[in-house]
Amino acid sequence: MINIPDFANASAVQIIFCVLAFITLLTAFLTIYSRNPIHSAIYLVICFFSIAGHYFLLNAQFLAIVHIIVYSGAIMILFLFTIMLMNLNEKKEVHRPRITRLGAIVSFVLISLILIAIFINSKPIVGEYTSTGEDYQSIKVLGKVLLNEYMVPFEFASVLLLVAMIGSVLLSKKEKLEK
Amino acid sequence: MNNILNQIGIENYIFLSVILFCIGVFGVLYRRNAIIVFMSIEIMLNAVSLLFVAFSTYHQDAEGQVFVFFSMAVAAAEVAVGLAILVSIFRNVGSITIDNLKNLKG
Repeated sequence: MINIPDFANASAVQIIFCVLAFITLLTAFLTIYSRNPIHSAIYLVICFFSIAGHYFLLNAQFLAIVHIIVYSGAIMILFLFTIMLMNLNEKKEVHRPRITRLGAIVSFVLISLILIAIFINSKPIVGEYTSTGEDYQSIKVLGKVLLNEYMVPFEFASVLLLVAMIGSVLLSKKEKLEK
Repeated sequence: MNNILNQIGIENYIFLSVILFCIGVFGVLYRRNAIIVFMSIEIMLNAVSLLFVAFSTYHQDAEGQVFVFFSMAVAAAEVAVGLAILVSIFRNVGSITIDNLKNLKG
């Protein structure tokens, strides 16, 4: 079951979690809801920062830093530059017919209900969380895991990024008109 | 900080990422602007990786975080290529509302 921490004697971590979760959900919703794409991008940046805050809360420092650099840095700059290139106005977007929007809302509610109903009855197998005090997510350990066991996927990720770079340059190059 | 899941509980992380994922699905269904659809896909990816990190802490295993690292690399590549496709669509068609792109409908 959901055990919502009671605010009367909540610890600092619980309060931080609740505030971060609220910010995450609110900004994710506002990303979708706001008309202006630039506002959406700004809300998405806030959403990504709060998710990085969740990573910090879970003590995954390396991922939090990489998340801020990759998502809030690189990906959002790409989004903002694309929006700027397209020069989108909010008036340009015609809204979907009402039946489609209604269908979207109904399916959103149904998916949330089904997923929450699935997970509300799932009991954790491991039982109580026990911390063994073992270091498993510092940058040192992660680097060893990444470069020993996951060496080949790591190299393939670099190939993937190279291919993505060349592909995006090729795709967005202006085509010459053949006559 | 090492008993964080004792204080919060893995269930709350599950519900948070479920709701975040559903918001992403809602955005894909609700909006017509292709850029917003892309942003919703990013939100869904982030929901899943948040759950990965939470369970990596739960099992005290670094491999979940390694997986999130790789999915971030894939997401970066995907966004770069996808936005390039969007720019070239905008150049050819003149708008990026996804309802206009039905040339393959037959």
